[in-house]
This record gives sequence, C-alpha cells and structure tokens, in this order.
Amino acid sequence: MSHGLLLTFEITILVLAVFLGFEVISKVPTLLHTPLMSGTNAIHGIVIVGAMLVAGLDHKDTLTTVIGLIAVVLASANVVGGFVVTDRMLEMFKKREKKPEGHG
Amino acid sequence: MSREVTNLLYLITIVTFILALRFLSNPATARRGNQIGAIGMLVAIVVTFAQDSIVSYWEIAVGMVIGGLFGWVAARKVRMTAMPQMVALFNGVGGGAAALIALAEFHNRAPDPGTLKTDISIAIMLSAIIGSISFAGSMVAFAKLQELIRGRPLVYPGQQVVNALLFAGVLAAGIAISAGVERQWLIWALIGGASLFGVLFVLPIGGADMPVVISLLNACTGLAAAATGFELENNVLIVSGMLVGASGTLLTILMGRAMNRSIANVLFGAFGQLAPSVAGAAAGDADGHVRSASAEDIAVMLGYADKVVFVPGYGMAVAQAQHDVRMLADILESRGVEISYAIHPVAGRMPGHMNVLLAEANVPYPQLKEMDEANSEFPRTSVALVIGANDVVNPDARNNAGSPIYGMPILNVDQAQQVVVLKRSMNPGFAGIENPLFLNPKTVMLFGDAKDSIERLAASVKGL
Repeated sequence: MSHGLLLTFEITILVLAVFLGFEVISKVPTLLHTPLMSGTNAIHGIVIVGAMLVAGLDHKDTLTTVIGLIAVVLASANVVGGFVVTDRMLEMFKKREKKPEGHG
Repeated sequence: MSREVTNLLYLITIVTFILALRFLSNPATARRGNQIGAIGMLVAIVVTFAQDSIVSYWEIAVGMVIGGLFGWVAARKVRMTAMPQMVALFNGVGGGAAALIALAEFHNRAPDPGTLKTDISIAIMLSAIIGSISFAGSMVAFAKLQELIRGRPLVYPGQQVVNALLFAGVLAAGIAISAGVERQWLIWALIGGASLFGVLFVLPIGGADMPVVISLLNACTGLAAAATGFELENNVLIVSGMLVGASGTLLTILMGRAMNRSIANVLFGAFGQLAPSVAGAAAGDADGHVRSASAEDIAVMLGYADKVVFVPGYGMAVAQAQHDVRMLADILESRGVEISYAIHPVAGRMPGHMNVLLAEANVPYPQLKEMDEANSEFPRTSVALVIGANDVVNPDARNNAGSPIYGMPILNVDQAQQVVVLKRSMNPGFAGIENPLFLNPKTVMLFGDAKDSIERLAASVKGL
C-alpha cells in the first residue's frame, strides 16, 4: 500500500475513534467520573506498544535504544499502575452490592 | 508474524478497549470493564513481542518488569485518599513515554535533513509537544495533591504573556521540524520548552480544580499516544489513543459541568486572578465570630435531633473517619434519629470520592443523597454535621459575586436549623478561600482530627 493511501486510512479510523470515544461514555454517572478517568488513564498506557517497537528494533545507535527502553519503563508503570488503581477504586463498589442488608 | 496478522490481532485489543469504556460507564459492570481492558492490553503486548522486527527481547522484558513493579507497588500501597495523585502520576509517565518515543524516532530516522515524510514529522512533533506537556503538568498536579508544593494558585504579573510566548516558541520549533529542518537540537529544545510550559501552565491552577486538570492532561496523553501511532504507522495506537483523547475530553467537560466551572475558567483562571481586596471584603462583611463547642454539647444536639444530615468532605477522607461516621450514624439511628448523607459531586478531591469511602464503610445506599435531593431536605434538617468539608458548603458561592467560587453549586447546609462543623483548624480550605459559614450564628465548630472528633461524639451520644 502506498504511503498516501495508508495515511488516508489512518485518518479515517482516527476520526471514527473520536466519535466512538464520545459516544461510548456519554451516559456516565458522576459517581463513576474518577474511576472512568483512571480507566482511560490505564488505556493510554497502550503507548507501551510504541515504546517496545522503538526499543526493540535493530538500531544502529545506542541512544535510540536507551531512550526507547526508558519509554518502556515509563509506559509499563502507566499500564500496571493505571489498571491496579482503577481496580482498587472499583473494589469499593463491589462490597456494597454484596451486602445483604443493602436496603436497610 | 506478518504485519497483516499483527494488525488483525491488535483489533482484539481495540474491541476490548471499547467494551472497557462502555462497561466503566455503568456501576454494575465497571470493575469487569477494567479487567477486560487489562486483558486487551496484555494481548497487545504479547502480539508486539511476537513481531519479527523486535530483536532486544531481554532488555524490553527487564524494562517492563522494572516499570510494572513500580506501578504495582505504588498502586497497591497507596491509601484511598491518595488515589487522585496516583492517577496524575501514572498519567504523567504515559505522557513522558510518548514524548520519549518521539525523541527516539526522530533521532533514529532523521540523521540527515529532509529524510522524513511530512506527516511523520508532524506526528513526531505533536506527540513530543503534547506528551511533554502532559508529563510535566501531571507531575506538578501530583506534587500539589501530595502537598510537596503549595496547593494554592501561584501567580505573578505577566504570567499569561510568559506562557503564551513560551508556547509560541515551542510551536515555532515544531513547525520548523515539520517543515523539514531536521536538526537534533531542535527536538530537544522542543521537549524542554514544552515541559517547562506544562509546569508553568499547571502551577497557577488552584488545588480544588486539580481533578479537572488531571482529566484534561489524561485526554492529552491519549492524543499523544494517537500521534505516536501515526509516527509508527500502528493502528492500535491510533485508535486507542484517540478513544482516550475523545472520551477524556468529554469527561473533562462533564466534570467541569458538575463543578459549574467552564474549562476555560479552570485553565486561565478566576482562581488565579482574584483581587485580594475582594477576598478581604468577603471575609469581613460577615462580622461575626467563630463559636466552638465541646463534644458533649454537640452530642446532646445530635442525640435529640429529629433528622441529622452528614456532609462529608476531604477532612473525612484524610482522617479515614468513614467507619466511625457509620458507627455514629448507627448509634443515632438506634435512638430514632433520621440519618442521611449529603454528597456533593466534587466533595473530596475527586468526583465520587465520598461515595467510594462511604461504600467502603457499608453505608446503606438509600441514605446517600445527591446534591439536589439533599438541598431539598436541609430546611427540615435539625442538624447538618459537616465533616471536614469546606468549599462545597461555602455560602459565598451563592451570595458573594466577588468570590472566586461564585456560581458553583453548593450544599445549602446553612438552611438547616443548626450546623456543626468538624474541622482541624480555622485555616481556609483547599481552594484557599474564607468561608462565612463558620461565622454564621447557627454554626458551632468542633476542632480536631475528624476521626477523633467523631469517636468522641459517638462515645458522648452513647452516654446520653
């Protein structure tokens, strides 16, 4: 595929993702604002894929690899920390649902 | 593995992320949503590892263990009250990663001027700028929430001009790069300048607005990730990054709306530009004095009340007093007092903060009242018990047009017959604003740590 054609496809999915992103969370209650922010925070940890690609390629110079590896470390912290923090926030909600006298 | 197969497998990740966002928007499925997202992330990492072009497996694996371990320990060990700054921290490192990827790519692919395609260099400069701003801004937000630096707005004359000039300089460097000036020092200067801008941009914003700022920076990191996707011609990065960019932007708007603050207002600052004379006048015209009372006096007030409304705020969170609050509520209920909890949408330091803490203490869900419902109950409330909340009950938001929080919806606790405020000291709240509620003749104060005060109240009510 030519570079130009690839670019048009990339722009197409980018624009579709904008609409999808707006649509998919449009009905979130206030209660979930913080966990949702934390969850999206974990999802942008996907930069780890970019960091791996840059760090892992067969480079000619070490500076690129070193910078790439630092990016891998940072992105891993984003991924793991993001999902764990979100899970801890949401753990709290689960407790209440389990409680038998919930309507007392 | 061929690029075609890789891209198809990345589609699994994209679908899980979309489902994760949808599930996270509903209390019943939120936790599962987060887990589905984590599985999608794992798929993306495994698929990336399986690419032929990756050679240095071990270095990457070690890097992942170091970063992952740090993230896991930090996220596990932190107390519930410190969650907001953790979100800021993890957002920051994500933005930093995006900026570093841009730096590495530029260093690797542009050894000689004119070798980069324009769209790639635009993507590189965008992810470098946005990622750096997100990194530096999040670190300042983290430091403010962690109280490593002052939470109050930091302002100096000409601040907006300095910021604007700096941003223009960064943008000029970015345009030069896109136009084909591929000098290595340019990208270093660009990242340095954008980081400085991130710091200067967040510094003047008051602590009370931090949730909105973190949400905005979160959306920025998403955009930086999407730009990284264009750099590396990688669809999972483009779609996932943009999903976060878009949903994060909407979430920022929703949060701002819950606080009745426009995003422009948060960023460019009514809080920052408040004239000291106006603040002085607001505090002065209430001309009363603060009354404090003993735990025993207040216990009598509570024990013989018809209806007590608890109004929790950050003070309850920081003292971890939610279990004691629940206990006091139980004792009062056994005496026939009607109990409810008034939850301001942004009480604490994050929307939903109070709900999480009270849910942890197993407070019955029907007793939690959202702002509008709570406000309709205050006129027939005997005692409103404010536990470490300040700005969200400040009547200046309703009455004083000169107040920086004027127009923010508040809990009208001053409409209750009596108001009890538990507070550590007379220091102004997080936003650094005086609160005339404390000078109201209906109000009595009980100074001390919230947990300690609640325990003393519970013991005294028991003894009645």
